This record gives sequence, structure tokens and C-alpha cells, in this order.
Amino acid sequence: MTAHRTRRSAPARSLRVVRPGFGATVQDLGRPGHAALGVSPSGAADRRSLRLANRLVGNQEGAAGVEAPLGGLVLEVDHHATVALTGAPCPAHVDGRAVDLNAPVRLEPGRRLTVGTPREGLRVYLAVRGGIDLPPVLGSRSTDTLAGLGPARLAAGDLLPVGDLTDGWPAADFAPQRALPAEPVLRILPGPRDDWFTPEALALLCGRPYTVTDHSDRVGMRLSGPALERARTGELPSEAAVPGALQVPPNGQPILFLTDHPVTGGYPVIATVHEDDLCHAAQAGPGRRLRFRPA
Amino acid sequence: MTTDTPALRVLRYGSRALLVEVADLDQVARLHTALRHRPPAGVHELVPAARTVLLRYDPGVTDHRRLTEALRALDLRAAPTAGAEAVEIPVRYDGEDLPEVARLCGLTVPQVVARHSAATYRVAFCGFAPGFAYLTGIDPVLRLPRRAVPRTRVPAGAVAVADEFTGVYPRPSPGGWHLLGTTGLTLWAPDADPPALLAPGTVVRFRPVAAVTTATTVTTQEDEL
Repeated sequence: MTAHRTRRSAPARSLRVVRPGFGATVQDLGRPGHAALGVSPSGAADRRSLRLANRLVGNQEGAAGVEAPLGGLVLEVDHHATVALTGAPCPAHVDGRAVDLNAPVRLEPGRRLTVGTPREGLRVYLAVRGGIDLPPVLGSRSTDTLAGLGPARLAAGDLLPVGDLTDGWPAADFAPQRALPAEPVLRILPGPRDDWFTPEALALLCGRPYTVTDHSDRVGMRLSGPALERARTGELPSEAAVPGALQVPPNGQPILFLTDHPVTGGYPVIATVHEDDLCHAAQAGPGRRLRFRPA
Repeated sequence: MTTDTPALRVLRYGSRALLVEVADLDQVARLHTALRHRPPAGVHELVPAARTVLLRYDPGVTDHRRLTEALRALDLRAAPTAGAEAVEIPVRYDGEDLPEVARLCGLTVPQVVARHSAATYRVAFCGFAPGFAYLTGIDPVLRLPRRAVPRTRVPAGAVAVADEFTGVYPRPSPGGWHLLGTTGLTLWAPDADPPALLAPGTVVRFRPVAAVTTATTVTTQEDEL
């Protein structure tokens, strides 16, 4: 009860959202284990970048941060805060002074952090030391954009309470990152429904690149490329899906399921992208080309 | 149906999951029950659906081959609903589609209500939205294809039928099922434990009532317990 009241009144330490960017959400590592009740894992689309941001500020890896597609975020701190930006490389500054990505940044009370538009890649991650402490839903502070669970998308004026999910002190001043690949290559395992397609379909999937279309979000990425032809007709009874599933509707253009994917789907899944490669997919914005190769 | 080894296909689903395919909903229920009671080592999630159960596993503990062997050794003869206590859902049978359903089934409205509320159902699987349960056990006479044109908004608590299923919409959403009535029970409360009133395996009965108990009243009663 007390904890609840603390959250409702002005929190002791917080981040104030000055500009929410383009659909930024609060994300942690999601709420796995509830699919049988119709709830998807959700959580950061690029988990690798969120984990890194948390490590840089000395947080537990599962602390909640901000996922900002296309940047555009402005936040103000009211305490001596340590933050870190990871993910898509973008310009960032504190009251006019440029700050490093992939590094802990100390901010004095009243300072404003401005995150620009990524030069490449799609999603910027921000961790704050202590983690964002909004009330968890089913054990997670992630916004599930499809199911409507967890905190609402960020809006100007929001106060994001800062918690105490720390784990020691920041151990590194900088974590050098490889440049994002121009044409990410995602490893796939065939199935579970590769037998619904012609023998050529898998070779076609791994042959030429697919382009990420505008119809892409945290739920899934609609891809455009060689059409994958079915060997059989009829409908597949709905079955459970996982992040990384490449579902193929009748038009033959695959949809790559990301973290807010529907729990069950009715189109056959030709192949599944390796879980460790989904972070690369999550950084591929509209127009970017992707390739698939057998794992 | 107590066949010894029903046909069971094991399909790879990436490196951390597999899909087990069986012949029908009854076998899904048996498979899910057997796995729930004795989950193979390394399996941390089971997701039943219409003809399949998804197993998510820890590849550091087990692998596809070992799980396939464990699945083939399962005894699927246990009756899936044995010993389960039923959740009773009070329904005011005032659904918009009731007259149409009666006409399509060749019944009167009271006969539809009688048949829908006489059966004992079981949650086969959830999906579509958090807490939306697909209930099997419907009287075959009430089996109808979905509506040709789905509604853009079905209210929370709507009790509906389509194909081999009946179900209750946990919150307002679009929907293509035929609406038979309304319940005031809360089906999905993310802060509650468990958050869903209905989970795979839950046994359900519908009881006709004259007026809907409002969700507020139900919540108050639960708070007092």
C-alpha cells in the first residue's frame, strides 16, 4: 500500500518526458511464460542493446529502460542521474554538449538529454541507473503494444519514477560497438511448417534479399521479396508462435514476428530466425534489406 | 477413446522450441495434461492450440532428440478433465445474434439457451487476446461458421459461439463470433493471481440468469473473501 502511494505522489527521483519521440515505450526483458493465457513475451525488441545499456549504468540486466524508435526523445532529470544510450547510433546532447553513446553519462539535476534521429538503425535504448520503476504487470514493466498490457506509450509531461534495481557500480566508461551491418544476415532453422511450401521456397528465402516494408513494428516486420509458394492448399489450424517465426500469408511475402507477436497464428511458418539474431532484425528500419541463411 | 499410441508429430521450431502435432482437440487436451503433470526436464513453457502443443525449452538442459523420445514415451490415456472443478459463468442470454443462431440451427431461442447452458466445456487453449479462452464441448447442433462480416466492436463479457468453440470476450474488441449473451464476470485482471479466470484445462459451465451480476459486485465479493 505504501509503495503504491509513493508511486502516485511525486516520486523521489524521476525522469520527466519533455518530448516522447515517435512512439517510445518502457521496456525490460518482457513477461515470458504466460503464452498459454494469451500473453506474448513483449520486452525490448533489441534485447542486446537494452542489456548493454543496463550494464553501463550498473543496473541489473532486467531493469526497465526506454525504447525509442527513430530517437526524437527529450528527457529532463531531477536528480544526480547516470544514464546510457545504446542501440541505433544517433546524435545526442545534454544542454548543447554532445555526449557519447555506449557510455555512462552523468547528469546533474535539471539537465536535459536530447536524443536525435539515428544515422542508421532504428531503435535507441536509454537506461537510467536504478531502472524505471513503473508498476509491473505480470512481472514486467514492458509495454505490449498488441495486447495493450503494461505502461502507456510515453507522452510529454510523464514522470518516470527511478527505482533501485542496481547491481554494483558502472564498471566500464565505454563499450565499443561494431557498426550495424548494411545488410544484416539472419540465421534460420527450417520449420515448423516448411512442408507446406514448395521445395524451392527455402532456397528462394535464402537466395535474394528481402526489403523491410513500412508495415513493421514491435509486433512484426512485413518483408518484401521473392514470393514463397505453397505446396498445399487449405488452412492451418491456429498454433502457437515464437519471436523469430517467419509466417507466410497467401501472398507469399513473409512476416517476421518480433517481441509483441500474436500468441497464436494461422499462417504456416516456413522457418524460424535464431533468437540471437533478432536484435539485428529489430534495428532494420523500413527500406533496409535483410538476408537469411541456414543456421 | 483410449488408443495406445496416437499419431504424434514433432516439429522443430527454432533452437529453443518444438511443436507437437496430434489429430484433434481431444488429443491436444490429453497431451497437454500429460505434459503438465510430468513436464520433461528443461521444458519451461507449454502452449496448447487447436491441433498442437508448443514446448519451449532450455537448450542448455535438453535438446530436440531427447524431448522427442520423452514425448513418444508419454501415456496419453488419462482423461484430461478428471477431478477438475468447474468454473460457473452466469449468463444473461440477451445476445444480438440469438434469434439468428436459433434460425440457422433450426431451434427456438429457449432451445438454444438450454443447449448452450446444458453442456460442460473445457478450455482447449487461449489466444486472440489475453484471457480469451477457446472452450470445447459445444452441442454439435450449435456449431456455426463465423459471421460473414465481423463486428468492429464486441463488448466485454459477450458470450459467443463459432465453429467448434464457445467463449467469452474478456474486453471490448473486434470479433466475428455469434453473440448469445453477456456475463458480468471479470475474465482478465492483470493484477490478480492468476490473471485469467480461464486457463487451458479449466472446466466451465454456463448458468442462465435473469440479470447480469456486475463486475463491480463480483470484485467486491472477491475482496471480501
